[in-house]
Amino acid sequence: MFNPLTTPAKVEFNMGMLEFAITGAIFAVVAGLLIYTMIRFRRRPNDESGTEPPQIYGSNQIEAAWTVIPILIVFVIAGVSARSVWGVEDASPPANALHVSVVGHQFWWEVHYPGYNFVTANEIHVPVSHNRERATYFELKSSDVIHSLWIPELGGKTDLIPNRVNHMWMDPSEAGIFWGSCTEFCGVQHANMLLQVVVQEPADFDQWAAAQQQPQPVPTEISAGQKRFQAAACFACHTVRGTRFNGKLGPDLTHLMSRRQLGSGVLANTPANLQAWIVDPQQAKPGCRMPASKLSGQNLEELVAYLETLK
Amino acid sequence: MASINFPLENAGFRTSEHSLAQILYRWIATTDHKKLGLMYIICMLLFFVVSGLMAVAIRIQLAVPNNHFVSPETFNQLFTMHGTTMVFLVGMPMVAGLGNYLVPLMIGARDMAFPRLNAFGFWAFLFGGVLLYSSYFFGAVPDVGWFGYAPLTSKIFNPGPSTDFWVLGVLVAGFGTIASAINVVATTVSMRCPGMTLRRMPMFVWVMLVDALLILVIFPPLAAAQIMLMLDRLTNSNFFNPAAGGNVLLWQHIFWIFGHPEVYVLIFPIFAIMSEVVPVFSRKPIFGKPAMVAAIAVIFFIGVGVWAHHMFTVGLSALSNTFFATATMLVGIPTGIKIFNWAATMYGGKIRYATPMLFACGFLLQFLVAGLTGIMLATAPFDWQLHHTYFVVGHFHFTLIGGLVFGLFAGIYYWFPKATGKMCSEFIGRLHFWIFLVGFNVTFIPMHFAGFLGMPRRVYTYLPGHGLETWNLISTWGVAIQIVGILLFVVNIIWGLWKGEKAGDDPWDAWTLEWAASSPPPEYNFEKIPVVRSGRPLWDLKHPTDPDWKFE
Repeated sequence: MFNPLTTPAKVEFNMGMLEFAITGAIFAVVAGLLIYTMIRFRRRPNDESGTEPPQIYGSNQIEAAWTVIPILIVFVIAGVSARSVWGVEDASPPANALHVSVVGHQFWWEVHYPGYNFVTANEIHVPVSHNRERATYFELKSSDVIHSLWIPELGGKTDLIPNRVNHMWMDPSEAGIFWGSCTEFCGVQHANMLLQVVVQEPADFDQWAAAQQQPQPVPTEISAGQKRFQAAACFACHTVRGTRFNGKLGPDLTHLMSRRQLGSGVLANTPANLQAWIVDPQQAKPGCRMPASKLSGQNLEELVAYLETLK
Repeated sequence: MASINFPLENAGFRTSEHSLAQILYRWIATTDHKKLGLMYIICMLLFFVVSGLMAVAIRIQLAVPNNHFVSPETFNQLFTMHGTTMVFLVGMPMVAGLGNYLVPLMIGARDMAFPRLNAFGFWAFLFGGVLLYSSYFFGAVPDVGWFGYAPLTSKIFNPGPSTDFWVLGVLVAGFGTIASAINVVATTVSMRCPGMTLRRMPMFVWVMLVDALLILVIFPPLAAAQIMLMLDRLTNSNFFNPAAGGNVLLWQHIFWIFGHPEVYVLIFPIFAIMSEVVPVFSRKPIFGKPAMVAAIAVIFFIGVGVWAHHMFTVGLSALSNTFFATATMLVGIPTGIKIFNWAATMYGGKIRYATPMLFACGFLLQFLVAGLTGIMLATAPFDWQLHHTYFVVGHFHFTLIGGLVFGLFAGIYYWFPKATGKMCSEFIGRLHFWIFLVGFNVTFIPMHFAGFLGMPRRVYTYLPGHGLETWNLISTWGVAIQIVGILLFVVNIIWGLWKGEKAGDDPWDAWTLEWAASSPPPEYNFEKIPVVRSGRPLWDLKHPTDPDWKFE
């Protein structure tokens, strides 16, 4: 959050810096006075007079002073805060904005690109944006409980709430890969509901989107791995576009091998991890919705070999 | 008069039988405000230890990333029970216990207005707590977080009975809280001794009165929310079921209408303690008492209009977010006034640093930090980043431990001699203060930084390589230091009870009426109902040439 790369993140960062300056100054003054008072007015060991100090009951002038000064400070912070809130919340998307729709699930992210007509999961690609050209506008929804999407460098968080559509936008100024996470407790695997946002130069983004749009080619003959995909009922939850596999409960696997992570950020997407994940996802992510396949030997190798073709 | 059996004269009442069963019966059947007050405080301390041990388990799990000290399920149960216990079974009995023990003594009354309602309140609270913890015997421990956001609490996502234990336990304990609040209001309104006008009422009693009124405003909404959730779970009423058109944000609104003012309910008794401890140990009257009463009333009124600052990320309109951000910041003004007035009370005094005053000073500095991080969270744009991160966890532990627990220790050390007739050890008390001060700060300061670095709250593990390891490890070591502090407190209490010096009626040379009763006070408190002429009746007695009432 101290490396803000989008307009909303910068607005929030500036707000934060103003807060640090003001509250830091207040702390220095008030804590200084408190500690001075604590030390200066301690009872001295040689004070054996037994007398009480002068009994002061109050002063209206002093009360007024330390009421009015904080009111002025609040007035300033509230004004800056209001301007920032409107600036971020009521910004309207430019004509060439990229629209992305994110649906929260226990415990993963479904990512739609309505303009491009494809679906992916747990990895959001967005183009670099200058002067809000091709800024990304998110529609946030949930299929089950409340989740919240937060990528610190790219801006504050917004909740994904069932029966409600929320909005969030970003115009990242640099390419890079950024971790995000769910920040609303959503159940047993809330901690591992992670995602990555890949910010790319517009040309790279276009290339990625074009590749993602492609369905898998219809095979001339059904491979052993595809049979395994069917026999192990993977298709009941997972879709591979271009095939008959069109399950909707789990992440779309059409371009699985193009993604950097497995299990919503819990493992790097390597062949070994993929194999371990398929055998028993409950090892890496206990409580996630995907059951153990308990495949082994040749069956497992065939299935993994097939998945590795989903580039 | 002869027909009235006043306990003092009734020889049968002063029985010398001390069998365990009789002692037990006397405590269980009691309607004495002091016994009930002590029972509240003892239960609070027990729940505090249980809930503290849960926090220890949480910190061990988070000491390093990808730790397997507890399973994710257990972790979620731990933070749910830790939060629920601390708020409802530690915070609320603290409120009721302090109010019960001290309010009648301070206003020169012999008991609360409704002694039996008082006993009912205690037993309802304890039953609610036992009901909540009985979930452990049924293997259905609540795991939805202490604010149980819909629809995670629905039958679909939470099929077992764990959430039912949570709903009913909190609901029943809440009835006890409402009963005890009614009692505090009735007692302060109708039982004050002759001469004790509202103007002369001790600051402590003023704050407890406002606290009780606030409970009466916010606990009914909590009960309503819990009943709606119970109906959803047991009869499919669909208040919070999005699939049937229910509104999950409705839960958040109702819960936080309770939940935010609840933190004021919890901290007010500490303000009350501060307003007694600071003057007595500074040897000066509280500075600007009318302003202090006004400030507490203003916090009451603004406090019930700030709840949606817990909801800046749910997608409210810019206007709503601005309204609630501004209202929240306004709370900082009366809170600031309170801190300034305590400071001004100390200014020009002759401060005696006995253990209660040390803890009071710790409160002032740490609560100041908590207030300032609160202002940061109140600004909606910064909150979009900080919301639901460890920054928030650090912030509210600064209010609730740095503020509340430190203030509570000040209060316990201050009134322990009154309740037991014995003094705690000053030496152990000081050691307790300094070690707990270090442990607390080492634990909770790093949490703010973990939050800045992107660590969400309520996670059982976190990614290595994001700079979170160091802060979490420091934080866990801090807990070890805190444990030493708490053990010293326990040792001090035992030492005080066992070997403590006799306290006498008024060990601190204080000014309010409870110090006129003997230590511990008899069941009837005062042999003669006192008559007061000022806010500091014992000052008047001790300084007949320079009494307070001449200046009021």
